[in-house]
Amino acid sequence: MTGAAGTPGPVTTVNGDLYQAPDGWTVADLVAAWCPSPRGVAVAVDGEVVPRGSWGTTVVVPGSAVEIVTAAAGG
Amino acid sequence: MTADPTPDPLVIAGTELPSRLLMGTGGMTSPESLAGALMASGTALATVAVRRVDPTTRHSLVDLLDGLGIRILPNTAGCFTAADAVLTARLGREAFATDWVKLEVIGDDRTLLPDPIELVDAAGQLVEEGFVVLPYCGDDPVVARRLEQVGCAAVMPLGSPIGSGLGIRNPHNIELVVEQAGVPVVLDAGIGTASDACLAMELGCSAVLVASAVTRAEDPALMAAAMRDAVAAGRAAHRAGRITRRFVAEASSPFEGRVGT
Repeated sequence: MTGAAGTPGPVTTVNGDLYQAPDGWTVADLVAAWCPSPRGVAVAVDGEVVPRGSWGTTVVVPGSAVEIVTAAAGG
Repeated sequence: MTADPTPDPLVIAGTELPSRLLMGTGGMTSPESLAGALMASGTALATVAVRRVDPTTRHSLVDLLDGLGIRILPNTAGCFTAADAVLTARLGREAFATDWVKLEVIGDDRTLLPDPIELVDAAGQLVEEGFVVLPYCGDDPVVARRLEQVGCAAVMPLGSPIGSGLGIRNPHNIELVVEQAGVPVVLDAGIGTASDACLAMELGCSAVLVASAVTRAEDPALMAAAMRDAVAAGRAAHRAGRITRRFVAEASSPFEGRVGT
């Protein structure tokens, strides 16, 4: 299990791996940690898309499954 | 180079696309190689897969395509159920700010042939949610008609399995799909070389989608240019109205005025 600096907070799954986010982190914080840029990125929590406009107000919930996706060569 | 200079734009869901060659991005060995091939193709629309971010990667495919002025078409590649495809489509819409989606729902991981039941189900759901749905389907005219009936903006029948390079295995069925379609028909999957793309256009397809034939060619940029020319040639030949096939000969030289008669 990986963690980040700050008071230990909720344990979630991010892109299939267990992750302990700092207390109070939002989806926007997760995106900033995972992606060099938020451009071309989308997030789903427990199978529901979180609109970009809600990233800053959606708090990471313990036990949730987060998927952070972008474009990959394919299709 | 265009064989026919008369304006003949591809129109999908009311949007004009300046090229009838759509490109897939899968299989390319490097971003530089991909950029070179895309530029040589002259394409205006390229598909991308929707995948988990890789924090170690330095390259942004979105930036590459935006830089080339190529519109992004997210693909639900890798989905086996309607539910997965619908979630992936929603993620693609959110990530790339587009309502367009190439809908791929696979029924068999060896042949990558589409599952028509899950496909039609997913297509109907996504049309209801306001997506512009371009479904990758088999060459069955009945399934193609169902997809159009649920509101798809185009139908994209395969020529042969993805990446197989086997070309168009059932040209007759492709002609049947074209004949009945009220939306553009895009030949998608199995194209192996330029003549396959040309044939698709001669059969009346509105466009072709090529990935592996270009990305996995020995010289992707050169093959992309060949595909561009093949699509233009096939389209012009289709518009020119070919001669009918005859069982026996029809002389092209006059009988009158022959020496010795």
